[in-house]
Amino acid sequence: MPEVAREKPVAQDETLVQLLTPDGERIDRATGPDGTEYSVDFTDDEYRDLYRDLVTVRRLDAEATALQRQGELGIWASLLGQEAAQVGSGRALRPQDMVFPTYREHGVLYCRGIDPIMPLSLFRGVDQGAWDPIKYRFGLYTIVIGAQTLHATGYAMGITKDGKVGGDDGEAVIAYFGDGATSQGDVNEAFIWSAVYTAPVVFFCQNNQYAISEPIERQTRVPLYQRAAGFGFPGVRVDGNDVLATYAVTRHALDHARGGQGPTLIEAYTYRMGAHTTSDDPSRYRPQAETEAWQARDPIARLATFLRRQQIADDAFLAEVDEEARKTAVHLRERVLTMEDPAPGSIFENVYPHGSPLLDEEQARFAQYRQSFEGSAY
Amino acid sequence: MAAEVLTLGKALNLGLRRALERDAKVVIMGEDVGKLGGVFRITDGLQKDFGEDRVIDTPLAESGIIGTAIGLALRGYRPVCEIQFDGFVYPAYDQIVSQVAKMHYRSRGLVRLPIVIRIPFGGGIGAVEHHSESPEAYFAHTPGLKVVTCSNPADGYTMIQQAIASDDPIVFLEPKRRYWEKGEVDAEAPAFPLHSSRVTRPGADVTVVAYGPMVRTALDAATAAGEDGRQLDVIDLRSLSPLDLSPVYDSVRRTGRCVVVHEAPSNVGLGAEIAARVTEECFYSLESPVLRVTGFDTPYPAARVEEEYLPDLDRVLDAVDRTYGW
Ligand SMILES: Cc1ncc(C[n+]2csc(CCOP(=O)(O)OP(=O)(O)O)c2C)c(N)n1
Ligand SMILES: [Mg+2]
Repeated sequence: MPEVAREKPVAQDETLVQLLTPDGERIDRATGPDGTEYSVDFTDDEYRDLYRDLVTVRRLDAEATALQRQGELGIWASLLGQEAAQVGSGRALRPQDMVFPTYREHGVLYCRGIDPIMPLSLFRGVDQGAWDPIKYRFGLYTIVIGAQTLHATGYAMGITKDGKVGGDDGEAVIAYFGDGATSQGDVNEAFIWSAVYTAPVVFFCQNNQYAISEPIERQTRVPLYQRAAGFGFPGVRVDGNDVLATYAVTRHALDHARGGQGPTLIEAYTYRMGAHTTSDDPSRYRPQAETEAWQARDPIARLATFLRRQQIADDAFLAEVDEEARKTAVHLRERVLTMEDPAPGSIFENVYPHGSPLLDEEQARFAQYRQSFEGSAY
Repeated sequence: MAAEVLTLGKALNLGLRRALERDAKVVIMGEDVGKLGGVFRITDGLQKDFGEDRVIDTPLAESGIIGTAIGLALRGYRPVCEIQFDGFVYPAYDQIVSQVAKMHYRSRGLVRLPIVIRIPFGGGIGAVEHHSESPEAYFAHTPGLKVVTCSNPADGYTMIQQAIASDDPIVFLEPKRRYWEKGEVDAEAPAFPLHSSRVTRPGADVTVVAYGPMVRTALDAATAAGEDGRQLDVIDLRSLSPLDLSPVYDSVRRTGRCVVVHEAPSNVGLGAEIAARVTEECFYSLESPVLRVTGFDTPYPAARVEEEYLPDLDRVLDAVDRTYGW
């Protein structure tokens, strides 16, 4: 029988836009695969703000994981390890930009200035993550893999129709998804539509190396960012654990989109340090050594090293940030514990904007039924 | 093998193992089914023992899973596809409804697609949205597909093997909240035909028809009703398409009362079909209309109210009571 190469590894590709090495060395400028130059020019305050964001986002995430362990949340999808990808891209957004998240974008949500309590109702099971996506410019968390990339594309098409590209007030959209999601038809259709209509959308793929248990080899033979070329728009791989590079690349792609130049695919190369969700056990499918190796590329440690070395921050500052984050987390916890369970009758609400006779009837019967237990031992 | 006490999950795992042993053309495919053994561990250990060619971790694309299963079936394989959760079958809906279901008909019987589509379904596990749905009516409504569901370990063990051996494409629904419930599995016990329903607990007063996760609920209701002196005849449908209703008709002709229980919403659901057929067949025996106890006609609600949504023992008993009110 002829030999068939079935286990071809993903083509190696060292191209990675990086402005801050894992050792905390600052790189002045980096060049993307199409020659685009990336750099950032932050003030000391801005550097410190980024650090604060990263630490806070990680601390809140740890609190949510703890809440789940204590039975206060049904499940939690941790972003541990992906803080820089989320804070870097989240901070690159302008107020008028629109976000379409998955279920893991807690860090982006935080950077939008949204109360981190908001998604916890979904994970606690008191509702399904009900917030006004237009008010917050932050879409509903989307669990069905890839679906939101098409929503983002359609929203971006609307921006173009409204003439909100090209000018100073240009709007852009960012769609988040994972490495696994790139296999879905919806995501590939979103690439096609956005290219055909030059839609102002940035596809932000956090390649955290896994789709639950499946490594990236199960989804692709080429580095994901290279797929963009086939659809006719730029693709770039950024060090997703480098908050500076992620910021620079995302800001550039968003401005490219809002300027009427169409979509970009950003592959933020990162790693999911924790389990897929609190229901998952990664020891079944990935070696501890791999996770440890990624520990050396931690997004927060490298920024701390840099800040210290540049004397932008000292130990007192770092300790103060930790303490503030702890307080924010405690406050979050207190509010989660007091979240009210939904009223039983709420099941029937909002199925349709104007109700339905069938539901009215069911709800009335349900109320009557529940009443029949009143006063009984039940 | 002597009779063993197994969980439903383990019984399904063992049934899949037997099918892989028996027929080299059987392949298992789905997201996380290999190394991880599936998120519910139903395929645990199978890739290790049968290899990556037979237990395949697929890309994250449900339409791809079913579409490629069709091609594999055309090459003589018997794909057993796992859809990770009920709410994630819809990207594959087109392949299932327009391709899998119609291939035999369109080819005038020249093409058979012995594909099994396993779907953990139903609620009760406190999950977030899309993880608790009951999509059976969509598939039962589709000519060309067969739809079955097991309610206990013994049935899980035999039915999965029968489904894989069948020449029909079969949607195989697994009541996920019952995965951890135990029961006796006797590999040598004579198997009931796959598409047959069964009386699981005989009783003379009211016929209660259930399937999948609701069989346990109906049995619990029967125990409670028994304490009040009412005997429920509990029938486990097992097959949702085709329906095997003769045991139901036989029962209703004796009891004159019938309650159908399912988690899925009532509107245009399985219960409506069963009520209509029972009414047609048993009209003169009925003492009351056929009643349905179902989920409400809303999307599946948030976890902290799901107990209100799901039919439970009390709602079954309430309906049983109401059959006496006519
Ligand atoms: C359509 C669909 N199929 C399956 C699932 C179950 N599922 C939830 S997350 C996940 C893996 C997602 O991997 P990736 O896109 O890499 O994102 P990550 O979770 O790693 O951030 C799967 C298979 C789902 N939510 N939606
Ligand atoms: Mg991933």
